[in-house]
Amino acid sequence: MRVHGYLSWGRYPRLYPAAVWRLHWRGEALPSVPPGMSLLPRGYGRSYGDCCLNEGGLLLDVTGLDRFLAFDPEQGLLRCEAGISMAEIVSFALPRGYFVPVTPGTKWVSLGGAIANDVHGKNHHRAGSFGCAVCAFELVRSSGERLRCTPTENAELFRATIGGLGLTGLITWAEIRLRPVETAWMRVEVIPFGHVREFFRLSRESDAAFEYTVAWVDVTARGKQLGRGIFWRGNHARREEAPRELPRRRLRLSLPVDAPEWLLNPWSARLANALYFRLHRRREGIVPYDAFFYPLDALGQWNRLYGARGFVQYQCVVPPETAEGAVEELLERIAAARVTALLGVLKVFGAQRSPGMLSFPRPGVTLAVDFALEGEKTWQVLAQLDACVRAAGGALYPAKDARMPPEMFVHSFPQWREFARYRDPLFSSSFWRRVTRGLD
Amino acid sequence: MRRVLLIGATSAIAQEVGRLYAERQAQVFLVGRTAEKLEAVAADLTVRGAKVVGTVCWDARDWAQAADIVARARHALGVLEVVLIAHGSLPRQEELWHHPERSVEQFQLNATSVVALLSALVPVLQAQRRGTVGVISSVAGERGRARMAVYGAAKAAVTAFSAGVRGYLYPYGVKLITIKPGVVDTPMTAHLPKNFLFASARAVGRRIYRALERGAPDILYVPWWWRPVMALARLVPERLFKRLRI
Repeated sequence: MRVHGYLSWGRYPRLYPAAVWRLHWRGEALPSVPPGMSLLPRGYGRSYGDCCLNEGGLLLDVTGLDRFLAFDPEQGLLRCEAGISMAEIVSFALPRGYFVPVTPGTKWVSLGGAIANDVHGKNHHRAGSFGCAVCAFELVRSSGERLRCTPTENAELFRATIGGLGLTGLITWAEIRLRPVETAWMRVEVIPFGHVREFFRLSRESDAAFEYTVAWVDVTARGKQLGRGIFWRGNHARREEAPRELPRRRLRLSLPVDAPEWLLNPWSARLANALYFRLHRRREGIVPYDAFFYPLDALGQWNRLYGARGFVQYQCVVPPETAEGAVEELLERIAAARVTALLGVLKVFGAQRSPGMLSFPRPGVTLAVDFALEGEKTWQVLAQLDACVRAAGGALYPAKDARMPPEMFVHSFPQWREFARYRDPLFSSSFWRRVTRGLD
Repeated sequence: MRRVLLIGATSAIAQEVGRLYAERQAQVFLVGRTAEKLEAVAADLTVRGAKVVGTVCWDARDWAQAADIVARARHALGVLEVVLIAHGSLPRQEELWHHPERSVEQFQLNATSVVALLSALVPVLQAQRRGTVGVISSVAGERGRARMAVYGAAKAAVTAFSAGVRGYLYPYGVKLITIKPGVVDTPMTAHLPKNFLFASARAVGRRIYRALERGAPDILYVPWWWRPVMALARLVPERLFKRLRI
């Protein structure tokens, strides 16, 4: 079995499983493993760090579980197997007048992965995280038990599995509530802003009238231009304002090889950020859904831009009380450091709580930044950011993490001990072993 | 609306073909070995838009049932516009050498069952004077190899017999496509080490669907480059070929 194809999106750390077991039917029993070997479900590997890796263990590749089970066109209830991709759900739902309730920035994630990481999207302030739209799922435990979990049935396992990083067992199918839409198009406003303070103002005035809001920030800009960026806000276009037909399929380009490592460096990153900022003018229009939700999917394998060294994404959330100051401080520290930082994203989370025990989204502001891996200096900057996040009472996102120390994990998820009780004893991941090392 | 009979409907390739027909709201009749899997595929195709007019559990070793299956599908669908014969099994040859009964069983599953099915289909297709049949054979049927002696022999039989049926049905306006995939990444090949030659079930399924809808070519290699590769392989003299460990 080719274990070398099974890295994470950031391609760091390079930890390989002992074996990969591909599942094809939801009724199949879990494979038996030698004592001491752990299992971990794995979808398309779009988590950035090591929560989809299981060094020396067994990965259960669920991408063969890609069937639909049932669809109720009146209620918008869709039941499908856990390995189906968001892309497939979207292209199923749109012609039938529905869209996914919550979507991350890429459609190449599995349904099971969306639940296990309790992903969020540009509509968090309205809809909450993905877990809020999950009605039911089946969980297979290593004991062989098959449990139907809903908010009322096996309720504790339901809560533990949402955001549970695949550690509570294997999700074989799930039922989600789709969101009705009139078209496959979006009415979008693009608003450049000159300082991060304006981002907060724009968010405050937009979140009531717009279902989707998000901002890109130039993480290399400093001083008066600190956190300058571009704000997007949008709603699903109504029937009378959009073209009748579905948008044409986008051309799919893909990076066939790794870019050389010198391509992205602190200077080229600064240039790229500045160019991207200047390319945008204030405008308003009707755009296809995938241009709005999945701009990065236009270039397949874009993670190869960072070269063979890989990259990490740092994503934190800070609570509303401390958010403005903390975000400014984080941006200042990133801009002051001589590191290669790109793709800063800011988003205000709403108050809706997810049922998930270990969910990352919570009221406040989230910042995500990609860093090329440049050795010690990268780790030092990230440790400084940790200190800011911690002082602000914030948390880090496991789906993006490849390096947080156990203290930071405990600080982010004080409820982790309660969660650990529901973990399947045979399920584990490189992430879990790393962040719980030395804790007991 | 297309009326489609899928035999070996739970195979990875047939599922992909079935999904493409489901998008067009086709009527489908599914035949597969395991009830549970058949049910999962039927539900999937239904949600995707197909009308599943019937399912039958069939173990392809039981070739005597073939005529009955064709009759039931014919009854449920009315007309057999598209038929795909996609069932098969890839045994580990090294486990067959010392078990003649297993070799025969594998041959029945891969070859005899197809002969029985096509023979039962002939009068139906002849009478309806239309339809397209896809038969999944394999590039493995082009030369006998030590590593795939039984499988290769069975596929050679399927290739030759399907060609005969193609010729017989030609005057009646019925098309028959002999499909020769190379190695495809499916549960059937799970035990083989993967390399660059492997194609995805999705890509192969798409190509087969297109061929079934066009009714051409007579012999379909998927991916296409297996055609020149096999043309070269046929030129290697047996004196040399027998020494190759491929």
